[in-house]
Amino acid sequence: MKTYPVKIKVNGKWKEAAVTARDTLLDVLRKKWLAYEVKNGCSEGDCGACTVNLNGKTVNACLVLALQANGKEVTTLKGIGTEQNPHPIQKAFVEKGGIQCGFCSPGMIMSSKALLDKNPVASRSEIREGLSGNLCRCTGYHKIVDAVEHVAKNNQS
Amino acid sequence: MFEKIIENQDKPKYNVIGKPKPRHDAWEKALGKTRYADDFTQPGMLYAKVLRSEYAAANLISIDTGEAEKLPGVEAVLTAKDVPKNETVTKFGQTHEVGGFEGFYRVLADKKIRFKGEAVALVAAETPAIAEQALKLIKVEYEPTEGVYDPIEALKPDAYLVGEKETNLICSYKVIKGDIEKGFEESDLIVENTYKTQMVDHAYLEPESGVAWIDESGIIVIRASTQVIEHFRGIADVLNIPSNKVRVIAPMVGGGFGGKEDITVETFIALLAMKTERPVSLTFTREESILAHGKRHPYVMQYKVGVKNDGKLVALEAKLISDAGGYIYLSPWILMYSTVTAAGPYDYTHVKVDTHSVLTNNTFASANRGFGGVQPCFAYESMLDEVAERLGMSPLELRKKNYLHTGDALVTGRVLEHAVETEQTAEKALAALGEPSKPKSSSHKVGQGFASGMLSYGRMCFLHDTSRSYVSIELDGSVIVRCGVQDIGCGQCSSLAQIAAEVLGVPMEEITVYFGDTALTPLAGTTTATRQLYMSGNATLKAARAIRDTILKKSGEILGITPERLELRDKRIYIKKGPQCTTSYGGSRGDIISSEICVDINQDRYLDLVAVVKACAADGLSLSNLAQFNAPARELVDFTTGQGQVFTDFTYGTHALEVSVDTETGDVEILKYISCYDVGQAINPLSAEGQMEGGAIYGLGQGMCEDVILEKGITKTPTFAEYLIPTSMDAPDITSILVESGGGVGPFGAKGIGEPSCVPSSPAFTNAVSNAIGVRFYDLPVTAEKIMRALGKI
Repeated sequence: MKTYPVKIKVNGKWKEAAVTARDTLLDVLRKKWLAYEVKNGCSEGDCGACTVNLNGKTVNACLVLALQANGKEVTTLKGIGTEQNPHPIQKAFVEKGGIQCGFCSPGMIMSSKALLDKNPVASRSEIREGLSGNLCRCTGYHKIVDAVEHVAKNNQS
Repeated sequence: MFEKIIENQDKPKYNVIGKPKPRHDAWEKALGKTRYADDFTQPGMLYAKVLRSEYAAANLISIDTGEAEKLPGVEAVLTAKDVPKNETVTKFGQTHEVGGFEGFYRVLADKKIRFKGEAVALVAAETPAIAEQALKLIKVEYEPTEGVYDPIEALKPDAYLVGEKETNLICSYKVIKGDIEKGFEESDLIVENTYKTQMVDHAYLEPESGVAWIDESGIIVIRASTQVIEHFRGIADVLNIPSNKVRVIAPMVGGGFGGKEDITVETFIALLAMKTERPVSLTFTREESILAHGKRHPYVMQYKVGVKNDGKLVALEAKLISDAGGYIYLSPWILMYSTVTAAGPYDYTHVKVDTHSVLTNNTFASANRGFGGVQPCFAYESMLDEVAERLGMSPLELRKKNYLHTGDALVTGRVLEHAVETEQTAEKALAALGEPSKPKSSSHKVGQGFASGMLSYGRMCFLHDTSRSYVSIELDGSVIVRCGVQDIGCGQCSSLAQIAAEVLGVPMEEITVYFGDTALTPLAGTTTATRQLYMSGNATLKAARAIRDTILKKSGEILGITPERLELRDKRIYIKKGPQCTTSYGGSRGDIISSEICVDINQDRYLDLVAVVKACAADGLSLSNLAQFNAPARELVDFTTGQGQVFTDFTYGTHALEVSVDTETGDVEILKYISCYDVGQAINPLSAEGQMEGGAIYGLGQGMCEDVILEKGITKTPTFAEYLIPTSMDAPDITSILVESGGGVGPFGAKGIGEPSCVPSSPAFTNAVSNAIGVRFYDLPVTAEKIMRALGKI
């Protein structure tokens, strides 16, 4: 199959790969660059596990072709916080019990960040709406909402 | 929201147990470091794909793989003839052979196609795209047959036969107590209904996945998303090699819920790795996961209840039929759970329960959270609300006259010797629910409802279940737990760390848990049946206590006092405060214990743990322990009467809801959701609450929206766009109320909560909706459309 070169900035670092026309951003992130923090739950945009930030916009990486992301900047979960300097949302997910199996967490945390970047003091119902594109099967969402609400309340004060 | 009720003020005080703690695996997950099954690669790794049957019922005439094999990049194409032992049975690490509890299945389809999506052939190729292309080149000749898709039809004498046997009936069980005819004669009111529950999917976010390779010693290694690493035996059996030549590793699992209890990808990738001598990876697509993996059994349940005018339940006659789909898998186990819990946590004088599991050409069904306890709960709890209404009694009043308590006998005759606090959970849940809210408009109706339920934790006693855990303390005072649990996201490893931390006085953060590897961790059995906290928790407790005893004994020798006067916490050995304080440290090993390890701070006398550990090591004392915990073993129950002991203990609880129904649209908004359980002792209240909240919503999905729709065995809902699980917009906040009776058989008196937490969701939801609109429901899910039909609006 014919391949095309792409150059994508991932968490601040330019990366290159040869991709086919049907390779998605998710394929290239996971398979070529081993960005395993981006999860694949359905490959068709229903579950939100592969949520990343693409040039400031929140996207499902499985719905973006790798070629469409050429020349753009991608931020994944690993781009928002580290062990030494975690993002407050990551810390809140840990401390408030927002993580069980953890498979939805990378996407969930990225969507939470996108929500709070736009609306730093989101209410519980705004949080529920903001996370409605990310499925979670373990937590029942309650503690995830607790975690995001905790950060929103800290933003308020 | 969290309310903790301490039932027993005299119960022991713990340092780590009972404290809400962030899970020890949470940071890695929050930072994106956890490597799940598919987050793994090996040099030279091939990609596998599975060819699946287009038909639900057909005879398999021939398979031609010639063209596929010729495709460049294809390394192997396998069919049933390539599988050393293609016909096999599920066995789940049980130590006891039990007739009837073996679920037949085929690795790859042969002779007869029994359900749509059944695996027919396997391909391994250099890229996923080549593997997919190869699937299209495999020519399969089918002869479609009529099939049978309704379990009642499948039981008829002239029914189409799903398998090769002369009947579609898999198994039948009974419970007989008293005289059912007499019971109905003595009843003032008899109510009879048929309830139906639908097929549902586990919908874990991580699809089935794994990588297999052959290591440098010739061992087949399989790193896969599984709840059961002990399938290494079943995999070896299929490969026709000795059990000790297969190693299974379970990394952190992205959700299980019973769906990764059966073998999924393991044998496929093992067969392909053996054939190609290269690593092989396989991850199911979401569609494959929904189409072709085990579901929750749909049930048809005929219930007939006789009751006195004063509300005393007299007679219960129940007939339950479960649709097992195309293969047996865990159907007999699940049916046994339904049989034992068919009457729920209630006392009936006369009981007759008949249960049957039946093959059809639907997607096969197997384990799913709640394991046969969910379906009857919908029936008995819907029934009791209707009985209460007919008697003019409140649903709580009726139940309070009939709840079982500690010391009462279950319908199987088994006396419940451990804590039974169902009534308390109902009272607390309803108190928390409070008075109904005002409807927000004239077209909205508000209703309240609740349901109580029970489910065992730990496996059936006649399986003679065991678990092992190894605990060691290192020379720097850090602690290792090696335990072959599979961590499927419920905090299995974290709770073991918490138990070891409590016993050894070491912070939870300083404990490493090695888990889920048949080569490196002692076998701990399945992560199923809500058994890991109970079984492996007890094994870990036992191992940690053995080490603590060694440390305290040595400390006693050093200090010249008895170990009973010492306690271990905060990495120190303290002398318990008492009348006589020793000032002499002239114990037996005063020679090697210098004064620097004996320090007085604020008059607290203690020894440093690390120094004592070093002293033990120097003396050649063992600082590790491998402990085995055996669940009580019982003989098989009598299947013709159901009398006997099937389970060690149960977890009981109640869900209570308030809903607002929009009678113009049928939409239901859940205004309040209370979940109250007796958890015995919460090891980690944050985790226990997490299970209760997650369980409530998992069960609610079955009540309000989830439905695997099949038409003649063909799945019409193969994606998350059609198979709808609750989103953050559908799920309400949950108020969790933890009752802690201390009366469980787990470590520190804990009961298991993982599966029981989802049992009463559907009837609690439907009882609340019925209370709002005055119409009862007999089948699930209760969607907006069903509500509009019930209201006569469509």
